[in-house]
Amino acid sequence: MAPHKEQIEIGRGYKEKYGFHVEEKSVFKSKRGLDHGVIDQISDHKNEPDWMREFRHKALDIFLAKPMPTWGGDLTHMNFDEIYYYLKPAEHKGDTWEDVPEEIKRTFDKLGIPESEQKFLAGSGAQYESESVYHKLKDEWESRGVIFSDTDSALREHEDILKKYFATIVPPNDNKFAALNSAVWSGGSFLYVPPGVKVDLPLQAYFRINAKNVGQFERTLLICDEGAQAHYVEGCTAPSYSTDSLHAAVVEVVVKQGGRFRYTTIQNWSSNVYNLVTKRAQAFKDSTMEWVDANLGSKLTMKYPSIYLMEPGARGDILSVACAGKNQHQDAGGKVVHVAPHTSSHILSKSVSQNGGRSSYRGLVKVYPKCKDVKVNVCCDALIMDKDSRSDTYPYMEIDEKNVNIGHEATVSKIGDEQLFYLRSRGLSEEQANSMIVSGFIEPIVKELPMEYAVEMNRLIQLQMEGSVG
Amino acid sequence: MGKELLKIENLHIRVEENEIIQGLDLTVREGEVHAVMGPNGSGKSTLAYTLMGRPGYEITKGSVCFDGQDIREMEPEERAQAGLFLSFQYPIAIPGVTVGHFLMTALAALSEKGNGRYKEIRKTFRKDIKKYMEGLKIDPAFAQRYLNDGFSGGEKKRMEILQLLTLQPKLAIMDETDSGLDIDALKVVSQGVSEYLVQNPKASALVITHYQRILNHLKPHFVHILSKGKIISSGGPELAIKLENEGYRAFGIEDREPGPQPEGGIHGTT
Repeated sequence: MAPHKEQIEIGRGYKEKYGFHVEEKSVFKSKRGLDHGVIDQISDHKNEPDWMREFRHKALDIFLAKPMPTWGGDLTHMNFDEIYYYLKPAEHKGDTWEDVPEEIKRTFDKLGIPESEQKFLAGSGAQYESESVYHKLKDEWESRGVIFSDTDSALREHEDILKKYFATIVPPNDNKFAALNSAVWSGGSFLYVPPGVKVDLPLQAYFRINAKNVGQFERTLLICDEGAQAHYVEGCTAPSYSTDSLHAAVVEVVVKQGGRFRYTTIQNWSSNVYNLVTKRAQAFKDSTMEWVDANLGSKLTMKYPSIYLMEPGARGDILSVACAGKNQHQDAGGKVVHVAPHTSSHILSKSVSQNGGRSSYRGLVKVYPKCKDVKVNVCCDALIMDKDSRSDTYPYMEIDEKNVNIGHEATVSKIGDEQLFYLRSRGLSEEQANSMIVSGFIEPIVKELPMEYAVEMNRLIQLQMEGSVG
Repeated sequence: MGKELLKIENLHIRVEENEIIQGLDLTVREGEVHAVMGPNGSGKSTLAYTLMGRPGYEITKGSVCFDGQDIREMEPEERAQAGLFLSFQYPIAIPGVTVGHFLMTALAALSEKGNGRYKEIRKTFRKDIKKYMEGLKIDPAFAQRYLNDGFSGGEKKRMEILQLLTLQPKLAIMDETDSGLDIDALKVVSQGVSEYLVQNPKASALVITHYQRILNHLKPHFVHILSKGKIISSGGPELAIKLENEGYRAFGIEDREPGPQPEGGIHGTT
């Protein structure tokens, strides 16, 4: 198969299921590019308190002052002046699915969003362009004091809780894209789980970009109070356009004493989206924080979910899986920062590069002085499907304490002709054999997903594999 | 006499720059068990891989017909579809893929091409596989283990026979199935192959081996001695006995390995 054809085939698979778009209808759209005037427009539309407006303006100055990162992926084609930073799709957010505007509803129906809410979720939210269009928490959890809403609503309705944590975990000056998000943030999820409440079904948010050249800058803040438990899942897709879009989110998570929180991402942006996201969690005494981070889509992803282990007994787990296909670069990984003694962490990263794609593992393990009895285990495996594809590993270690136990292993394997032949001799086509080998390779991470997502994940992998065999 | 199932004429095979098989003729009819015996380097595994369509094994001359079809240009999966099966000398591990899932996927792949036979097999798959595993003395927990991942040599060979029994091909090519097996394991594995042959009276087996001992269990109708890419002698089971007693030297073949394999010995051959 000629390389040209492969590209079309892959695009077609995505396009039918996710890459479609509907006519753009918005009630407000800022001009292209970003300045303090745009910030004021956003703030005006949201009717925000003054402290948030000031926060945005300061963040914009930081963004403008910070140089573009020169490490990681290639950002030289990123043109900030081409982007629309705020696009308000509807006048009001829907409280019931019926209230959501028709075109938007059709989009999410097609993506299966309301259906999954009924089946296996404790609550769900949907964001379209810049604003959340729907958020719903099942009554059972609402009556137990759980708050699950979009972040703008939380600012209006729960300002005190939000203000206490907002930007304390990822401050605007953390990096250029965190500053950008802080300046123009809109939407995202806010979750508060009260002490001792265990939400046993996942809470889901789905993010969708529909219009061309739009930036999506959701801001998510999740607080898991003492002894509480919850699992938050996010998914995202966009139409396949020839021009670039930008997704720069900030996610902050706090897990208090004895809490247990898991954050799962299935990122499946179309291959014209720059996905530059800062995700960070703080885990306190005897708590557990887990990131399950799957990156399948986007043009370039730079994302390293991190966990700060703040107090003894805290545990952090990062499971990262990245699949890079044609014209894709997944620069993913994870960071664990041990600020306290008697803390442990584990990073498992699996990456697949195919069809000329590039995946990089970038990870940091940092142990502060006097943090005794720290255990860290890092394992990164890369699978390279063909000679045009590439995989790199950048493991950074900053260990300032002697009494620690650090394990690190990395493997790189090429898909074996022997494995392929073995499976084909049993009747599987080359495509099926490839996809079976890849599914098996990422199985240790997929098996951590709730069943519905595991099925979805395997289906997505198959979609990505289709037509990729030359 | 049964119908011709496999007909190989004047076969020449090149792997990289070397001509490994140099003019081989062999006909296997329905319901027959053939043994191809030869020392290391005689071309046994090359023949097996080529019949299954392994990339890189190039037929430069001659013809191979299976069940009336010229299979020379067919992909491995198309050959599997036609009813060929290769039991690997060194089965390959597929980490993360359970034995159960793999078998179901293989059956689904075979039956989606419209072959009614496999649709029938799928109907009773779960019940049958349990029975087969019991017969092969495979712990039922293996259905949930990753295919060949961390399996011992003997476990891998049993897994090949489990696949043979599940997929029910028309011709089973057994590539050194006896290597690396102790006496008990050899017996279990051979019984498995026999069961497949009893279940499918028209099915045939091509048993490729260095040593005679598996033939005590599998009872070939025909034995062929392979040397330097050619069959130099063909006959009945007595040929295997002669080989067992007198060694490859009796056939004028220089065997780099000494004598027959000691009973019960664990012997990896390449």
